[in-house]
Amino acid sequence: MTCKEFLALLDDLIDDSVSDETRAQLRAHLGGCEHCKVTLDTTRKTIEIYRSHEVYDLPDGLRERLHAAIMARCKGGC
Amino acid sequence: MPMAIIQPVVEKLEQHPDVALVEQVLRQDASAFDTLVRKYEGQVFRIAQHITQNREDAEDATQDAFLKAYQKLDQFQGNSKFSTWLVRIAVNESLMRLRKRRTGKMVSIDEDISTDEGSVPRDLADWAPNPEQNYNQAELADILRKTIQGLSQGFRIVFVLRDVEGLSTEETAETLGLSVPAVKSRLLRARLQLRERLSRYFHQKKGAEK
Repeated sequence: MTCKEFLALLDDLIDDSVSDETRAQLRAHLGGCEHCKVTLDTTRKTIEIYRSHEVYDLPDGLRERLHAAIMARCKGGC
Repeated sequence: MPMAIIQPVVEKLEQHPDVALVEQVLRQDASAFDTLVRKYEGQVFRIAQHITQNREDAEDATQDAFLKAYQKLDQFQGNSKFSTWLVRIAVNESLMRLRKRRTGKMVSIDEDISTDEGSVPRDLADWAPNPEQNYNQAELADILRKTIQGLSQGFRIVFVLRDVEGLSTEETAETLGLSVPAVKSRLLRARLQLRERLSRYFHQKKGAEK
């Protein structure tokens, strides 16, 4: 397996949607390719960081203001 | 008959709590919608902010999305998740806000996706085990914001829906009106571009400590 072929299957590997046979081929490639191993590890980490950290937090004041506006209009029949 | 008693219990257990709330709203119980708003307002606001890149527009789009959801609640089909249905409305309202701001300019989730920047990994030095710990929360949030803002819109929306908000590939495709292969292609490039851009920050910090 070449690095290009590995890269084409990177998402499927991350999302765990590869067959056992393909996974074995990908693992074999990783065993001898430090570049692809780093790409896999840091791409996984990228997703994990974005998933676990709030990029845009809703401040409490804004939360209440939005809430009041929505509920006021909905109770009035929108 | 035992079966007659067991059957409704099984059906009740399988029903998603959101569906019960929707049914309550349809029976004129506004407090049930209150619960749905509180549950999803953070998610809707995040999506709106990622799409509009503008706080005021994101606030308006959030409000409009919930109002539209309330108005159209009787059209909600219980065979899809309420959250996915709401996200679709939020994406549409956000794109509409963007169009209003860019009067006369077409706004599409297809724009600026021709770039191959970052699609072939170049920065291949490994990261520290927990690179985010080198930054305080505000610094890290700033880095993550700047980095994702640099992605083209077509990549950013796919990454946000699929990886941040946890929609499936199929749900993301349906929400954005894209094919599954198109979502997969954009997701790969979005992930690789973000990885490449984050590498610069994490390497800089690591280098500065030496």
